[in-house]
Amino acid sequence: MESQTYRDLAYLVAAALFILDLKWMAHPRTAVRGNWTGALGMAIAIAATVLGAPMTWTYVVGGVVLGALCGWVAAERVQMTAMPEMVGLFNGFGGAASVLVGAGALVAVQTAHAAGGAAADLQTRVATSATGLIGAVTFFGSWVAFGKLAEFIAVKWELKGWQKAIHYGFIGATAAGAVAYGVAAGFTGQPGAANAALYGGLVAASGLAIGGALLVKKDRFPGIDAVKALAAVAALALCVQAVRDPENELLYWALVGVSGLLGVLLTVSIGGADMPVVIALLNSYSGLAGAATGFLIDNTVLIVSGALVGASGIFLTQSMCKAMNRSMSNVLFGVMGPTSETPDADLVYKDVKATSPEEIAMMLEGAQRVVVVPGYGMAVAQAQHTVRQLEALLEERGVQVEFAVHPVAGRMPGHMNVLLAEANVPYEKLRDMDEINQEMEQVDVCVVLGANDVVNPVAETDPKSPIAGMPIIQAHKARTVIVIKRSLSPGFAGIPNPLFAAENTLMFFADGKKAVQDIIQAVKESS
Amino acid sequence: MTGFVGALTVFVLAIFVGFEVINKIPPTLHTPLMSGSNAISGITIVGSLLLAGRPDLPELVHVLAGVAVFFATVNVVGGFVVTDRMLRMFRRKG
Repeated sequence: MESQTYRDLAYLVAAALFILDLKWMAHPRTAVRGNWTGALGMAIAIAATVLGAPMTWTYVVGGVVLGALCGWVAAERVQMTAMPEMVGLFNGFGGAASVLVGAGALVAVQTAHAAGGAAADLQTRVATSATGLIGAVTFFGSWVAFGKLAEFIAVKWELKGWQKAIHYGFIGATAAGAVAYGVAAGFTGQPGAANAALYGGLVAASGLAIGGALLVKKDRFPGIDAVKALAAVAALALCVQAVRDPENELLYWALVGVSGLLGVLLTVSIGGADMPVVIALLNSYSGLAGAATGFLIDNTVLIVSGALVGASGIFLTQSMCKAMNRSMSNVLFGVMGPTSETPDADLVYKDVKATSPEEIAMMLEGAQRVVVVPGYGMAVAQAQHTVRQLEALLEERGVQVEFAVHPVAGRMPGHMNVLLAEANVPYEKLRDMDEINQEMEQVDVCVVLGANDVVNPVAETDPKSPIAGMPIIQAHKARTVIVIKRSLSPGFAGIPNPLFAAENTLMFFADGKKAVQDIIQAVKESS
Repeated sequence: MTGFVGALTVFVLAIFVGFEVINKIPPTLHTPLMSGSNAISGITIVGSLLLAGRPDLPELVHVLAGVAVFFATVNVVGGFVVTDRMLRMFRRKG
């Protein structure tokens, strides 16, 4: 057999190992093994590519060493609360790699054609366009998602030193790089290239536009929807043009620039509550970018892996949307917030009852079954370890404690579960929404910690509410509800929550971590 | 069945396989699933290495391939390592 046949067989093995990886990911018992199976698949694919190939190692070695170092340090040091940021950023890296491979493949086609080989066939042309488009949307969209999660994009407050460095560094590099390249290649480059000045100008302009859009300190600005639509049309037009004129490097970069602007605009206007959807969607894009690259270089392992990641992202996006009872287009283009029909907060909250740690301690000790509903507030307060201490303390006293996690709690799918696992809460104690809702009536005390919209009964009772129809954790069905919250301020949806004023609800106004510490103290003192 | 149609067949079937497999992953493990699929999308490294394995191409392509290798390697190494870190937390007994 030829060496290419061996190589393709190795790719097949790698693809199968990736599928096994995902299959074993279904249970914590097998998931660790699954993850390393995937890594083995990756090693096989890489080995098969470089073995026996006439490699030019100069730049590859630098990329591998630097990349491995960055990846390793990030993976070992990242806080579990910062997982959404990390995954958000990593999605973008997949997109960036695809864009660069697309550019390289385009030059390869050029070189081959100039040397008397065949011109690019239709598959290559379309795949190059798709790679540039999806890759750039993924990269710049992910950068915005990362920036919004790390709170340095579209925020009004003063940035910290490191945030300034990253934020303005990225803006400066994008704008300066695009202008320098666009002007150099567009206006002083080879005279024969078609529409050089037009495409060069587009590269420079889109770089500046990306920088400008990132500088805006708000989610939305006047005319954003028009600019978005314009960028989308321009990107598609450039795609078509790139298919017709497949060896034009400058055109490719113009496509990348305009698609990048589209990525920025699509992501920047999406609100904080919808971040889980955005991250999942970008995850899917990064897979599709990889698959497009696979079509471009005719490589099955890229196509299969890209399709797997793409499917995973689409699945997660769908399940997030379902968990909010909103359609994709509503998440991407809609504006969420209170309407004129929203009841007045003062009216809703007129019967709110406040409580003390001592009273809570007494109720918890007297309970048989306690359910904790964590929300993003728990992550912000870094309260997961303290909550775990309280859980252990109550278990010692014969109280059954469980955790009910809403699918969209936190800022990425499964975020709360990871935080609780980090704090050593056993896997069996993490309950899905549907399971726990069936048993909620038998729960003595339900402790809502930093969650708001996901326990708002309005979702089930008021069809006019912005969250109408969203599945919720039915905390209100528990015998007693304790809500730990700093104030009565609304959640992401911007509407009041009648649960806080319900007859069986007691509010404890405090920072999540401090509150749980006080409760632990009170439980210890009472015995 | 060769060329484009073959590749498209593989793509479509892989999406279906992906959907079926991922369907069975509980919401609790969705974060590790995402970081794990980040790692898998680092497979683009193969694309960049293939470019680096073409000595006939101009230097510029090798530079682009080197940068692409950097991004893909961050994904591969970072993705698998952080997924492992998380999954160990889930397996640990309380």
